[in-house]
Amino acid sequence: MTFRKYLVLAGVTVFAAAGDSMLSYGMKQTGQISLHHLGGVVAAVLNPWIALGIVLLLAFFASYMNALSWADLTYVLPATSLGYVLLALIARFVLHEQVSPLRWLGIAMISGGVGFVAGGPALTSHKHHHTDQAVESGQSMASGSGA
Amino acid sequence: MRHVYTWGGILVVTCASVVGDILLARAMKQVGDFHQLWRQFGVWTIVGRVLSNPNFFLGVASMTVGFFSLLFALSWGDVSLVAPAAASLTFIGNGFAARIFLHEKVDRRRWIAAVLVATGVALLAG
Repeated sequence: MTFRKYLVLAGVTVFAAAGDSMLSYGMKQTGQISLHHLGGVVAAVLNPWIALGIVLLLAFFASYMNALSWADLTYVLPATSLGYVLLALIARFVLHEQVSPLRWLGIAMISGGVGFVAGGPALTSHKHHHTDQAVESGQSMASGSGA
Repeated sequence: MRHVYTWGGILVVTCASVVGDILLARAMKQVGDFHQLWRQFGVWTIVGRVLSNPNFFLGVASMTVGFFSLLFALSWGDVSLVAPAAASLTFIGNGFAARIFLHEKVDRRRWIAAVLVATGVALLAG
């Protein structure tokens, strides 16, 4: 794991949490959208908070794809679930919402889960990773025998 | 009857999300490590490879089905039940599906992580 890869995982977490928050904030300004008034959808997208939320969620999707290109799904999902914790902390300390003891327990469990998975390998099933390794070890053996 | 609809909706959301995640993960493994590709060939190679991968589009389609079924499920059941139940079940479902379809080595450490996160998510929404 390089620093850049940790940055990508942080990007998945932060972009998802920030994007969801912006969408939620924007939707509270625009009000409910119904199927009978689809013009409301256009008004919603033109709301700067919702537009910013959509951009952030696109950034989330790009980072998520990036992470999945070099790490297992069962590594990326728990590792990036810190976003839930981030949202709860924003709710408590920025929006001054009440966070119940049960929610704090939830935050502790998610953090524990992230700690568990982060201590292990990021990749266990990359087919061409193994073949790359095999090729590399084959080359080193060949060069070793050549020497 | 409402319960049946709600849990049916949760099940559909979960299945669509798991299928979407598995297809996207498979697509990205087929595309290859973004960092290596970026260094060797530049960003347009990554864009080209992603956009020419059928699993990517199937994954996005499945995620879209998941999103719209979530909207329907939310109209049948409470958000405090539907959202955390679907998110938690997706975590557990992904553990099984990744093991079967992506051949990931989901060891005890990862199962504990998945169960902790799934329970934590359920508690956060409670």
